[in-house]
Amino acid sequence: MSTATDIASVDTVTAADRGRRWSAVVADFCRRRPLGAIGAGVVVLMIVVALTAPGIAPYDPLNIDFAAMLAPPDAAHWLGTDAYGRDVLSRIIYGSQTALIVGFGAAFIGATAGAVLGVGSAYFGGRTDLVVQRFMDIFISFPLIILALAMVAILGNTLPNLIIAITVPMIPRCSLVIRSSALSIREMPYVDAARAAGYGHARIILRHMLPNVMAPYLIMLTSFLGQAILLEASLSFLGLGVQEPTAAWGLMLRGAAVEFAETAPWMALFPGLAISLAVFAFNLFGDSLRDALDPKLRTG
Amino acid sequence: MSVAENLPEAPPQAAGDVILEVRDLTKHFHLGGGLFGGPPAVVKAVDGVSFSIRRGETLGLVGESGCGKTTTGRCILLLEQPTGGQVIFEGKDLTKLSPAEIRVVRRKIQVIFQDPYSSLNPRMTIGQMLDEPMAVHGIVPERRARQDRVRELLTVVGLLPSMASRYPHELSGGQRQRVGIARALATEPSLIICDEPVSALDVSIQAQIVNLLENLQEQFHLTYLFVAHDLSVVRHISDRVAVMYLGKVAEITDRTALYAEPLHPYTQALLSAVPIPDPEIESHRQRMVLGGEVPSALNPPSGCVFHPRCPIAIEDCKRIVPEVREVRPGHRVACIRV
Repeated sequence: MSTATDIASVDTVTAADRGRRWSAVVADFCRRRPLGAIGAGVVVLMIVVALTAPGIAPYDPLNIDFAAMLAPPDAAHWLGTDAYGRDVLSRIIYGSQTALIVGFGAAFIGATAGAVLGVGSAYFGGRTDLVVQRFMDIFISFPLIILALAMVAILGNTLPNLIIAITVPMIPRCSLVIRSSALSIREMPYVDAARAAGYGHARIILRHMLPNVMAPYLIMLTSFLGQAILLEASLSFLGLGVQEPTAAWGLMLRGAAVEFAETAPWMALFPGLAISLAVFAFNLFGDSLRDALDPKLRTG
Repeated sequence: MSVAENLPEAPPQAAGDVILEVRDLTKHFHLGGGLFGGPPAVVKAVDGVSFSIRRGETLGLVGESGCGKTTTGRCILLLEQPTGGQVIFEGKDLTKLSPAEIRVVRRKIQVIFQDPYSSLNPRMTIGQMLDEPMAVHGIVPERRARQDRVRELLTVVGLLPSMASRYPHELSGGQRQRVGIARALATEPSLIICDEPVSALDVSIQAQIVNLLENLQEQFHLTYLFVAHDLSVVRHISDRVAVMYLGKVAEITDRTALYAEPLHPYTQALLSAVPIPDPEIESHRQRMVLGGEVPSALNPPSGCVFHPRCPIAIEDCKRIVPEVREVRPGHRVACIRV
């Protein structure tokens, strides 16, 4: 290549490069981490199913049909029907909406609030850090499900409250991890430069520190997605989550599904599989993302 | 407070009033201790440092690693809260200002860091980095005008205006350091603390950056506090030089006097360690080599902190803490033997 074209192409390279780099990164991710790619594929499939539920579900998930009560899987009802004759496949498809809304809502709010608290705690340091972190320790000492149960008991079980209840136990876990990365960012000269420039605390935390803890943030976010879906299913199973007749996976496992577990196992089997598959997929994707973003584990 | 600070300064060589005066500055760090840990150990990183800088001049601050020169700079920038003493900038004691007043003053005192890699936020473009201080301080309120100013700043420090859209990782070390300088200039400061601005660069780049700093000083009437351990660079750029040892000022005078006739034994040893770029002279000259290590700042020696390594120390040096005395006009030394 001649020197002239080299110089001319310098400025255009970066823009074009970025477009190409994205597809290359995705291809590279699939090749290096096939399991993670499978996980990502299932996640994408779930999102598509949730978005297009009215189009692909064969029946109305709330439609009670006493003529087809407890029908085993056949051509009309691929995954059978429940004790009210509702189509299990349709309810699983619509249940993915509940799972994703609660999962994404709780994971996003939990990880973000945790990140802001973690970075803020690391930035201010000293007494603020001590108080915030001891407060987080108190919350972290409760098992996820106990804390979420307590939150639901206090707030009442509507969908937004359910999201809040699942968010609260996520916050301290994320804040701990983000704080430790933020502590090293805090010592970076560019943060000193921002302080020396006279910027406000909020600007330094949000614009100079938060973007630099993106990698741990994304990892926490993806791992929370699986946990939040599982937690929502658990709460619904315990009767403190989503209420009948809304379609939700955890809900489909309780009540009549227990009564008829021997005569109509499909009622509990398929929603149970859906939960396992979703959590497994999110965790696979999250783990691979963590490895891919960790420069120490990055290969060649 | 020592007597020396009350003495009048030497007649200024460079015309100008005193822009910054540091009086008896101390910064102690507490290690360990805490909630249940018993009494903490104290590191006296800066221990009673006094000097002043006149408008438009460059004061070099030299000393080996850990002598407190960087901490002194950070205290002036209020990145560290001084334990004691005063930092008087343009007549105002910075240690007594409210947070709101500090934010206004920060505009006028800027900093250039040693490491050009970690001193730029990797998630911001060069343009955003230069735009931000002007927007925050309302120096150029209009967005379009700020973009012009960003391009102008890049040109001033010898970069292409098109680099505004680049990220730091796309630039070389020297280019990044120029960006760091442009960022410092963005708020139109009058004093810039240069914290070893060239020690992380290649020698060929060092010369470029030093020359750039000199040109900018002339162009924008800047005052520099130039912190460094490289004596040749300091000699090149400074008007006056302060030598620090273990958190204290050992000697402070104008450049020519310091390099021609160093009075403090530590300064003499330091200068004798500078290699002479002539193998003939280098092989024949007598070097003054200090014995031992720099004592820990956790447990500094009694009396004069330099006495365990000093070739001319006497019994008194173990007891008497030497004041910084003016032994000649404008030449101040902390040594009882001078």
